[in-house]
Amino acid sequence: MPRRKSERRQNMEQMALYPLDWLEERSGLVGGVKYFLFRKVPGDTNWFHTLGSATLTAFLVQLVTGVILAMYYKPGTETAHASIDHIQHDVTLGWLVRGMHKWGASVFIILMFLHMGRVFLFGAYKYPRELNWIIGVLLLATGLFEGLTGYLLPFDQTSYWASVVAININGTAPFVGPYLASLLRGGAEIGPDTLSRFYSLHMLVVPGALIGLITLHLYLVVRLGVSSPPWSDEAAGGTGAPEPEPPPPAHPGLVQPRPRGASLRGRPTE
Amino acid sequence: MERHQPPPSLWPVGFAVGIVCLLVGLVVSWPAAAVGAGLAAVFGFLWARDVVGGRAAELPPEAAEEPVPGASAVPAEPGERYPRNVFLEGATLGLGAVVGVVVALPAIGFAVLPAFLKQKQHEVDLGPITDFPEGQFMVATFIRDPSLGDITRRTAYIRNNGLLNGVPSFTCISNRCAHLGCPVQPGGPVFDNKAQTVKTANGDVTLVPVLPAAGFICPCHGGSYDQEGSRIAGPPVRGLDRYEFLIRNGHLVLGDLYSVVKVTGTGAQAKITKVELHGPGQHADGPESWLYPLQPPH
Repeated sequence: MPRRKSERRQNMEQMALYPLDWLEERSGLVGGVKYFLFRKVPGDTNWFHTLGSATLTAFLVQLVTGVILAMYYKPGTETAHASIDHIQHDVTLGWLVRGMHKWGASVFIILMFLHMGRVFLFGAYKYPRELNWIIGVLLLATGLFEGLTGYLLPFDQTSYWASVVAININGTAPFVGPYLASLLRGGAEIGPDTLSRFYSLHMLVVPGALIGLITLHLYLVVRLGVSSPPWSDEAAGGTGAPEPEPPPPAHPGLVQPRPRGASLRGRPTE
Repeated sequence: MERHQPPPSLWPVGFAVGIVCLLVGLVVSWPAAAVGAGLAAVFGFLWARDVVGGRAAELPPEAAEEPVPGASAVPAEPGERYPRNVFLEGATLGLGAVVGVVVALPAIGFAVLPAFLKQKQHEVDLGPITDFPEGQFMVATFIRDPSLGDITRRTAYIRNNGLLNGVPSFTCISNRCAHLGCPVQPGGPVFDNKAQTVKTANGDVTLVPVLPAAGFICPCHGGSYDQEGSRIAGPPVRGLDRYEFLIRNGHLVLGDLYSVVKVTGTGAQAKITKVELHGPGQHADGPESWLYPLQPPH
């Protein structure tokens, strides 16, 4: 129970929160964000349930570091590798940002698989969450495509030949394969257009698709709620253990002040 | 009252003829395809009109106007047969769709079509044929399209086979592996100390003598080929591609690439079964080649 505040303190708080109130009154955004962040989840969630948020965090890291890298990267057959060299060795902290982007890409993919494994093993893909599983699969494929297109950008021998092989694997798909390969290359042979095409896909098209899919994914997570682990009574078909009735207040109608000096940490969290 | 089934109609037949004409036209000529598309559209529309509602209008009027008991007592507003808001709704959606298509089509075409149009291979001048000793394989490295620069650097294994019926014969094997397109390496010593650079119309061409005693081997996944480029082992689905060649003013000139299904014999006597250039990993003969019936323009 909050302590009664002095009038001066209340006025100060009101002033400090005025911008938020202004925003809330005109958009409802503050309430929306609060609803998103402080929504109820089952009591028996555990650390495995954080893999999705971890994946999202990894994606956001890729987004930020990628935007910074794009400020220095020059897509062109003669300039691409030189600019990577420049980022790595000359630009202040370039090695760090590029390293975060490069290794973060692997982290993102690995976390996607771990998150997928958690959802599978917990049976969290079942009704009514099938659609979110499907969106997740699309996210996985799109994320892998993001990795594929990014791999060519350093334009060294490894990335060049890896992309040659990857494009030619696409080329072996029945019937459409040869056309798919031409589409990816931007022509019959790998050329300057291939690099700029992959760059455009990597930093505009595919991230856009990822952001859209993630938005849908999160919308469904919020709408459908987080599922309990399979060992929970609730997930086993029960209604969950009945919540113990809170003891009736000793003096109904009376506000019980918190004793002075009592720690906030001692309070039960909701 | 039982509703009559629509009588037999010729519209579906016309529609089918249109579709056939369209498909044949796609192969034969664009005007025929356009006529087919037009026929299909017209007959399809007539057919759809027949099926969906054309007959309903022929119901006896009294059947349509029978009062339904319990129907809403609110009389329809006079003159409101097609409400204004329905029209505006449709117009907004329809115009939006038209604008969307008009904007999207050129954009998509711009993104997709250049990959398939104006694709052409470039002739490459490899210099005087006297630089190619008879019976000696040379690693020739050249820029295929100088306007695009280093990205079009390609390598071919060239062997002068001597004269065949008084005409020079060359074996011009592409180094692109028929598995997934990695560069195959010669299985034998490369005499870098005897490398020479020839200045040609295509810029500098590097020629290095090589002795591919064990044929050609791919470092990526272990595909191996004999000296004629025929597959010996590993994952490749066919032999190595070859360049067409011609002799112009005493210079060896490489032309288009083609895929090879089978080589019998060696050197100048080799009989080569050639097919249109296929991408790496795509079967060019046997039942599996049915999976790749059409190749995009190279």
